[in-house]
Amino acid sequence: MRTAFKIVTGLGPAHDGVGHFVRQRVTALVLLVLVPLFLFQFLASLNTGYGGVVAWLGSPFGALLTLVLVSAMIAHMRIGLRVVIEDYVSGGARRLLLLLNALTTLALWLAAVYALVKINFGG
Amino acid sequence: MGSQFSDPRPLSPFTTIWRWHITMVASILHRLSGVALYGGAFVFTAWLVAAAMGQTVYGRFTALAGSVPGLVVLFGLTLALCFHLLNGVRHLVWDSGAGYEKQTAERSAWAVLVLALLLTVAIWAAAYSGLGLLNLGG
Repeated sequence: MRTAFKIVTGLGPAHDGVGHFVRQRVTALVLLVLVPLFLFQFLASLNTGYGGVVAWLGSPFGALLTLVLVSAMIAHMRIGLRVVIEDYVSGGARRLLLLLNALTTLALWLAAVYALVKINFGG
Repeated sequence: MGSQFSDPRPLSPFTTIWRWHITMVASILHRLSGVALYGGAFVFTAWLVAAAMGQTVYGRFTALAGSVPGLVVLFGLTLALCFHLLNGVRHLVWDSGAGYEKQTAERSAWAVLVLALLLTVAIWAAAYSGLGLLNLGG
């Protein structure tokens, strides 16, 4: 008698284990550090106007902080809204909304990366 | 299905039947603020893209953000962010297995609600005092 592979791995019919659970908490910890850091920097740069904001986003520290922040934020909100959709919506509408969530968060991340690349290397 | 039970107590946690309590409020607000911050991510990304598009577009963004409806949205997002962040810490503590006692959970819920409000006011006070939020456009 053999034990099925899916039972050994404990992944169940969703083919996915605690991945989302762990990722949601890891991104939460990253955001817990970076959001206050960013807010502090942001508040300090409020009176510097357009030039100051672009100079900060164009600095290695500002660019990297914003890139990691935006990546962790989008990964976190993607999992979060997925859970909300799975809780309240069923059937075809659920599939559609899950797809929209995946595409929207991807588009948002690409837009943020595009903005940072343009500010830092766009000339 | 419910007719086979003579017990009049509610069969499932239903908001219209359950007495509101503070841990329930915090739980609902965590999800609500999370969904609100999903919208906030669009505002944040729009800010980044506007900064990348140049001074004219950025000026348009800050004019919108500095208008009364814009400020109301930003204040709401600040409140949602502060609450979600602080209540998130509460969730992380729970994940470690601590803080589940009834009284502890109720106290931490109140603490997070009050702190979120205070932090929001502090952030906006900092933004206005000397730093000048409306000068963002440059």
